[in-house]
Order: sequence, then structure tokens, then C-alpha cells
Amino acid sequence: MTLTALLALLSHWRRKPGQLATLIIGLGLATALWTSVQAINAEARASYGEASAAMGAGRLTRLHAGEAGIPVEQWALLRRDGWAASPLIEGDLEVGGGVFGLTGIDPLSTRSEGGNLAPGDQIIGLEFLTQPGLLLVAPEDVESLTGTGLPPVLASANVTPGQILTDIAVAARLLGREGVIDAILIDDSARPGRTPLEQLVPTLEQSDGAAANDIAQLTGSFHLNLTAFGFLSFAVGLFIVYAAIGLAFEQRRASLRTLRALGTPVSSIVIALLIEALVLALIAGALGVVLGYLVASTLLPGVAATLRGLYGAAVSGELAIRPQWWLSGFAIAVFGALSATAVSIRQAAVLPLLAAAQPRAWAIASSRRYIQQAVFAFALLALAALIPVFFSGMLAGFAMLGGLFVGAALLLPPGLALVLNLAQRCMKGPVSEWFLADTRQQLPGLSLALMALMFALAANVGVGTMVSSFRLTFVGWLDQRLAAELYVSASDEAQSQELYAWLDARSDAVLPIWSANSTIAGQPGEVFGIVDHSTYRDHWPLLAAAPNAWDAVAAGEGVMINEQTWRRLNLSLGDPITLADTSALPLVAVYSDYGNPNAQAIIGLDPLVERYGERVANLRYGVRLPPEDVPALMRELEARFDLPEFGLIDQAGIKAFSLSIFDRTFTVTGALNVLTLSVAAFAMFASLVTLASMRLPQLAPVWAIGLSRGQLARLEMLRAGILALLTWLIAVPTGLVLAWALLAIVNVEAFGWRLPMHVFPGDWLRLLGLAVLAALIAALLPARSLVKRPPRDFLQVFAQER
Amino acid sequence: MPMFCLSLMLAVTAVLSPVHAQGFAGLGVEAEGFAVPERGTRFDFPEDHGAHPPYRIEWWYLTAVMEDAEGRVYGAQWTLFRSALAPHSGEGWETPQLWMGHAAVTTPQAHYSAERLARGGFGIAGADPHPFQAYIDEWSMRSAAERIAPDGDALDALDLTARGEDFAYDLALTAQGPLIFHGEDGFSVKSASGQASYYYSQPFYTLSGTLQLPDGPVSVSGEAWLDREYSSQPLSENQLGWDWVSFHLDSGEKLMGFQLRQSDGSVYTAASWITPQGEVTAYEDGDLTLTALETHEVAGRTIPTRWRVELAERDLDVEINAVNPQSWMETSVAYWEGPVIITGSHGGRGYLEMTGYGEE
Repeated sequence: MTLTALLALLSHWRRKPGQLATLIIGLGLATALWTSVQAINAEARASYGEASAAMGAGRLTRLHAGEAGIPVEQWALLRRDGWAASPLIEGDLEVGGGVFGLTGIDPLSTRSEGGNLAPGDQIIGLEFLTQPGLLLVAPEDVESLTGTGLPPVLASANVTPGQILTDIAVAARLLGREGVIDAILIDDSARPGRTPLEQLVPTLEQSDGAAANDIAQLTGSFHLNLTAFGFLSFAVGLFIVYAAIGLAFEQRRASLRTLRALGTPVSSIVIALLIEALVLALIAGALGVVLGYLVASTLLPGVAATLRGLYGAAVSGELAIRPQWWLSGFAIAVFGALSATAVSIRQAAVLPLLAAAQPRAWAIASSRRYIQQAVFAFALLALAALIPVFFSGMLAGFAMLGGLFVGAALLLPPGLALVLNLAQRCMKGPVSEWFLADTRQQLPGLSLALMALMFALAANVGVGTMVSSFRLTFVGWLDQRLAAELYVSASDEAQSQELYAWLDARSDAVLPIWSANSTIAGQPGEVFGIVDHSTYRDHWPLLAAAPNAWDAVAAGEGVMINEQTWRRLNLSLGDPITLADTSALPLVAVYSDYGNPNAQAIIGLDPLVERYGERVANLRYGVRLPPEDVPALMRELEARFDLPEFGLIDQAGIKAFSLSIFDRTFTVTGALNVLTLSVAAFAMFASLVTLASMRLPQLAPVWAIGLSRGQLARLEMLRAGILALLTWLIAVPTGLVLAWALLAIVNVEAFGWRLPMHVFPGDWLRLLGLAVLAALIAALLPARSLVKRPPRDFLQVFAQER
Repeated sequence: MPMFCLSLMLAVTAVLSPVHAQGFAGLGVEAEGFAVPERGTRFDFPEDHGAHPPYRIEWWYLTAVMEDAEGRVYGAQWTLFRSALAPHSGEGWETPQLWMGHAAVTTPQAHYSAERLARGGFGIAGADPHPFQAYIDEWSMRSAAERIAPDGDALDALDLTARGEDFAYDLALTAQGPLIFHGEDGFSVKSASGQASYYYSQPFYTLSGTLQLPDGPVSVSGEAWLDREYSSQPLSENQLGWDWVSFHLDSGEKLMGFQLRQSDGSVYTAASWITPQGEVTAYEDGDLTLTALETHEVAGRTIPTRWRVELAERDLDVEINAVNPQSWMETSVAYWEGPVIITGSHGGRGYLEMTGYGEE
């Protein structure tokens, strides 16, 4: 019986292949967007996992001290006591303009009975231990590290991109560490009878693989962002599915009634509907997963670049097929199909046996329902507005966005109805009145598609505003920050001194860009030392500053820190800031520092050298000179000095490089934006096609009264355009609030900086054009078929009227 | 023992690579700047009990046969190997001196083993002459000055300790005789092509102490044998494996003997007979014969665990039986090493070491 019912129900799709395609494509697209985001997240997490495993984190305890490092004797002490302890030297290595994370391990400490401290089970040969050593790197990094004067390079699949694994002796040499190590890995499961760590090495702190976890934590907000986007896409896609399945149910009311009349039990019909939904979900799910894979592999390199650029997190650019994302793809497809079918199933279950099949498009909403919906929408919006007042943090930001979106979407149909009502009062003439009344009547059927369009438009306005604001701020910031005309890096200290003397004689000013790795108020970061020069006073972008901040810095009586540290630690001007193990300085100013995940501070050059001595990296200079003299000086420098690769960069070069990184960072956002908008346009198209096929009874009398098919078709197009315009009107403010939330709440949480908001009305107009165009294109096909519809069809409406 | 040790030393480097062959790369037959043992060199003690960085390879190798109050027999091993990648000490991370420790306890029912690896240069592993101590991690072999006569040798009394996941031991050793010098006053020729090592032993230890086993502590007493050897030249290439014995005979006499199994099926044998007073007689190739009588399946290999050992010149014709046929060292380079019971023309206890029995 169930089989018969199923076959009868499925026969509908044979008659309406277009509807079937709409349904599958809609569900497929929704699944694809969701899957692609999940795939990207899964890949990134796997990369972090590898990085963490490479550091031996998780199973092992990690011992560390402050920035000064751990005296190597402490490690010896642990081993002599019987602890399975493996030393690590970690640091950043600048190679050819890029920065690699360098990790030095002691392969002789990594293996012992009961414990394997080997990072990622590396294959390590004798060359690893003998001079000149061996660098293990990811296959994609081999090229950029070959021929750089570093030890020989060997590709290893176990090393994450952007990382170098080598013997601890080589790492100590490359990073200039003497007698100190950065961390000790302890396998505390292996050996009995040892002195407790607290007694043996009381100064060392314990953590469980902290460094790798930091990355996961740092990037967590980025992935939450992506997931939110994926969910939005899925929600938009789901509208399509709701529309298609709802339509199919309406159209199959007659069949359902007949089946019931023939004696098919309700249970069989419900089971048949469930099976149908599952089959559709699996087909669409498969399509979506494949599509999602394609989208994700296209986007992944961009995401990898973003993560590397923003957080310094290394993520592979290759997408692996992992069960967690394709399973989640199928799961969401099934969830989507079932939830869309649920309404139909409930109706099928309670369908009165002898009820006539109503030839109506959709349930016509009463004005009472609109009022309820509007009240609910306003309540949601009010709630969304209150959230940032009482709560802070990423989740609050997203909760606010959720309330805003759902509220605005729910408000859309009542809002449109209200506008149409008002218009109807002003408009005179039978055609206009009919047009408005007819539009209102279609509103329920179109409202889901319009909500989808609203979502897409608002997301577009919001994200577009955020990215453009960021870019504008970033460009301005680059102009300020990169004030020097030329940037030069020496290859060693001797050359650095020679370079300084040489440049000093040939330029307006030479500004050392010296720095040292250090903790800043307990956070790992970098301290820069600057000379007192008008370049800084005039150009450096300060967000907050005490009077005479520059004088204080120059005198060694103050410190400036970057915005992200300031916000993270909730500091105020005047607060004492400890730099590594040296004495604290009062905070005198805060500057913006986009694109840097770590803490940063600025003090005077002399205080830097006094405090950090040998640990100061003193190879880089900014050079001030008239811009027209830059090319000549660059040529001279190249001829005279054997500078490292990328050792010589002019201001324009650095700006172009920074902007290219910035733009790459947001390619993903842009691409997802376009995809969402396309899905929304498709939803609109699907709804209009659906409605067109059912609206003949409404159009036939109008046609009979004298409006031509062409006139009717033009009115249909006009309606689509007007609805798109009205939707856009609601979407723009929603999008602006979204942008504000992204800039002021989400960005601060995710990146640690708050950006000024700029508005781009030109973009909104462009978007209006796009929305109307999409609506017109969506309406074109139904309108065309209306024009071509034989008059006989119109007449039949009267003949068949039941 | 000595030649086996040579191959084991190579293993220090091999251990770093799953492909063992890779470990031998770079360690050619030539000494490559390392010091080479010379005939007629006088030992200078206690200096020479410590490490010799200019030589490529060196070890402190101790085996002990013991019994508890019920007469149950136990074996213990404590070994420290030094392997140099370059002929100097070096400082900090740059030191080319690598160290490997092996320790084991054998009971009739079980065999426990452990391994430690370390870089020199940080006081984690090493061998110092003043006062004498060889150590890696918490394992150590120390001169027990309070038990040594004023004019005695640093090795006359030792405290020995090691610990693994499921065993530990603390043993006090006291020498009942003098140091023994192999070959020509400790200059021990290893092949026809002239490869040689400095080689001396202390075979006269008696010991007492405690073994920590999973079932609890066990008080033991017995005998021990220490080998000291350093050199720079590895083995000839036609070596397949090695069977080595050390005997503590009831008569107070000691025997060290080995056979080298060569790829053409022949064997090369050598032996040292040591009187209770410490007089050494060296025997040449063919004087000693070792005949396998019974094999056991050990770690997927077929390994002889009962042997007939004959040295006609000393009227020695004995059978040796492994106390535990499964005395398998699960270390980076795996081998068989364990105590044996001697019966036949002479009675006693000893140690057997076998290498090169491949997996089947």
C-alpha cells in the first residue's frame, strides 16, 4: 500500500520535472554552501591538529618559562632525575621576505621506553644530526627555502606549511639561542619514582601543548564567522526547498485526497511522504556535497592565505575529503528536506477525507496574522538592540545579528503589505487598484523568496560595508604607518652598521626599525625601539595618547602598545606595562596595528637596547628621502651591498604587497556573498515560476475584461521589480546594522581592533540595480510564458471552475 | 663482546632512523680524523676510565649473574655506549658526542629491558674519571670510594643503578681481583687488516643488592664482569653476527670467548682464560668451539639457547643453558643477552650474548 502511495506521489514529479529540478537544485545549493564552509573549517582544524601533534601536544605536558626562556640546565636536571623530557627551541625565521616558524627538537630525547616524544613520528636520519643539519619542511615550502643560505631542505608530509623542523643545534644556531631553550615536553606517564616537577623545577610553568591551542583559540572566531555565513546560505537555500515542497503538496492535494478515498491509510501516505523526502534529500545531498567540495577547494587557498595573513596559522591549501564535512552535508540536507516536508506531512495527516481540493495558491494570510507577525518581529528587533547593551563578546554579537535578521525578515511581509495598503489608498484607476490588490494577494506566496532576497541583500550591504570600511581604514593606516620612502634589511650585524653609516650620509634620515621578542604585559609579542623623529610624531596613527606621549617614549619614560593588546587586557593610559623581565613603563599611547594577531609595543631605541641587549634584532632601517631619489638610491644600494633577498623594498612595494594580502583575505567573503545572492535570486525565480503556473484563475478574469497578455506580462515584471525595490529598502538598514555589529563587536572579538564605519551609498545603488535585475530576470520566464499562453487556457479557467 | 659492541655502537646512529642501513651511512671503514689505537700505549688510570672523545666509539659494559635467598638465578645488564660523530668534545648542542644506555634484568620467567639516548654537553650522559662515574639520565655506575683501598683502582668498587618502566636495581660491586688487559697489554687486534681497540676488563666482581621487580623487591648476590673498550674503526663487512660468552666458573677461573659468524659459513673464534689471580692466556682462532644444541623461537627469530662450549687446552667441555630463553633486548637494535647455567666438565654461571639472528 505504501509503495502504491509512493508511486502515485512520485508520478507528480514526472509531470513536473521543472519543479523537481527546482527542489533538488535548491536543496543541493543550500547543502553545497553549508558543506563548503564545513569542509574549509574541517581542513583548517585538521591543520591546527597536525601542528599541535607536531609539537607533541595533547599527550604531553609542556613546561615553559617567560620570554627569557628556560636555562638548559633545568632540562638536564629533569633528565637526570629520570623524567622523559625533550627540549624545544622555537622561534620565527625570516627567510626571503617570508617568516617561517622554526622548531628545533633533540631527536635523542624524543625516544625512550614508554614514551615517544617525537614530533609527528618524523623520519630522522643521520644528516639531521650532523653539520650542516637538515631542515624538514612542507613540500610546498621546499622551493622558497632552497638556495637561501640555510641548511639543506627536505620535504616532509608531516610538517605543516610555514613551519620548519630541525635539530635543536641547528635551531639554536639560526635563532642565536645560547644556553636557553623555549620549552620542555614531558611525558609524565612513562616512569615511576621521580621527584615532583613542582619541587624539581619550581620556576617552570606547566601547560598542555599551549602554543598549538592558541592558534585554535585565535582562529575560533574566524571559523565561527564562516559557519555563520554557511548557516545563512543554508537558510536562504532552505527557502527554496520550502517553496518547492509546499507547492508540490498543494498541487498533490487532489492525489492525496483520491488516495485516501481509495482506502490508503494515513500512515502509508505519511511514510510515503517521508520516503520521498529522504530520497530527495539523499540525491540533493550528494549533489550538494560534490558542489560543496568544488566550492571549498576553490576557496580554500584564499582562506589559507587569510588565516596565515591574519593569525599566522598555517593551513594546507589542499582539501582532503573528510567524513565530518560530507556527513554533515548529508545531515543538513536530510534535516532541510524533512523540516520542509514536516508541514506537508502534518497537513496530509489531518486532511479531511472528503474536503474539496482547493485551487488556491497559498493560504491567504489575514491582516490579523500580519499584525501578530509584525509584533513578534518588533519584539525580536528590540531584543537584538538590547543585547549589546547588556552583553559583550562574540556570541552576543552573533545573537544580536540573529535577532536582527529574523526580525527584519519577519517584518518584511507585513511591511510590504502596509506599503501596498497605503499605495492603494493613493492610487486611483481600476488597473492600478487591481495591480496592488493582486500584489498583496501574492505576497504570502512570495514572502519566503523575498525574505531570502532580503537576507542576501542585507548580508551583502553589511559585509560589503565592513570590508570597504576596513579597506579604507587600512589604506589610510598604511599611508600613515609606512612613512619612510625606503625599507632596507641588512643580512648581518656588521653589514647593518655599515649600512647605517652609508645611508645616513645619503638621506634625510635613517630610522632604525629594531625590535626584540618579549612578553608585553604578560602577552607574547614584539617590542620595537624608535628614534625620536618627526616622521613618527607626524604620521604614526594614535588612537589614544597622553599629552607629550612621544617625548615620554623618547625619554624612555613611556610605552605605546597596539590596539589589540589594549583591548584584550582592557588597559588605560597610565597603566604600568611590564616588558619581559625588565621594569614596567607607563602606557602613554595606543596605536592601531591591523593584521597583527600578537601584542606589540614601542619604546625608545636606547631603552630597547638597554633592556634587551643581545636579543635585539637590529638589521632593519626605514630611510627618509625625497621620493624622486628613491630609484637611484636603490640602484646604488644593490650595487654596493650584498643585501638579502627582499632586503630592499620601497614604500610603494610594501603598500602593494600589504594591500594584495588584504584583498586576498577578503576574497572568500566576496565569493560567499555573490553565492548567497545567486541563491536568493534562484529562490525568487522558483517562487515566481510556481506562482505563475497557479495564477491563471486570477488572471483570466482580468484578461477577459480586456487587458492583453502583453500588458499582464509587463505588470508581472513591474511587480517583481517593485517588490525587489521594497525589499531592498528594508535590507539596507538591516545591512548597515549588520555592518556596525561586525565592525564594532565581531571584529573586536575576532581580531582585537575596532574600525570606523564608512558608508558607501554608491554600493547600495549598485545592489539595488542587481536586486531589481535579478527579480526581473526571475520574472522574465514566467512573463514570457504568459505572453505565449494560448487564449484557450484562459478560457478553460472559466470552463473548469469548480 | 668487543666486536658486538662495535656493531651496537653503529646502532646509536641507526636508532635515529627507521631504516637502519641509513645509520651506517657516513661511518665508513676509515677513521676519518678520529684517533686510532696504537700498540704500546700505556693506560693512565683513572683518566682512562673516563670518556675518550677523540675515539669514535667507547663503552662501559657490565653483566651480572645473581641469585636470591631461594637460589633463583637472575641476570642484570648495565651498558653505556658513546658514539662520536666527530673527533672532539664540542660544546652545548654542537657536541658530536652521543650516548646510549641499555639496562636489563632477567628472571627465569621474564626479561625487562630499557634504553636511554642523550647528547653529551649538558651533563645528562657522560663518563668522568674524577671521581669515576658513567651515567645517563638517572642511571649511573659510580666508583664507591669508601669501599676502595687507598692504593686501589677506581673500578675496585662500584655502585650501580638503573631503572626501566617495570624494573629497577641498586647493586654494590666489589672487585676480588685485578684489572685484566686483553691482547698486548690492552691493545687488542681485531682483524688481519690491523683494526684494533683498547680493551680491558674487570671480571672479578662480587655483588649484593636489590632488584625492584613488578612483584616487589628481591635481595640478590652474585658475580659481575665489566668490559671497557674504545676504538675508532668499525667491523669488517663480512660479519653476520656474533655469539659471545663470559663464564664465572666455580673454580674461580674466568673465561671470555666468542665466535664471529662470517658470510661464507665459517666462524672466527677467540678466547681468554683468566686464572683467579688475574693471569690471562689468549687463545687463537679455532681453539674454542661453540656448537648450538637447541633453538627457541624468540621475537620471530630462531635463536640457539643451549650450547656446547669446548676449549681442549683447558679440558673444558661444558653445556650452557639460558636461564630464560626469551632474554630479548627490545632496544633500537634488538639482540639476545642473558644469564646462563654452566654444567659439564666445569660448573658455574655466566652470560651469553647473541646478535645477527635475523627475522624469518
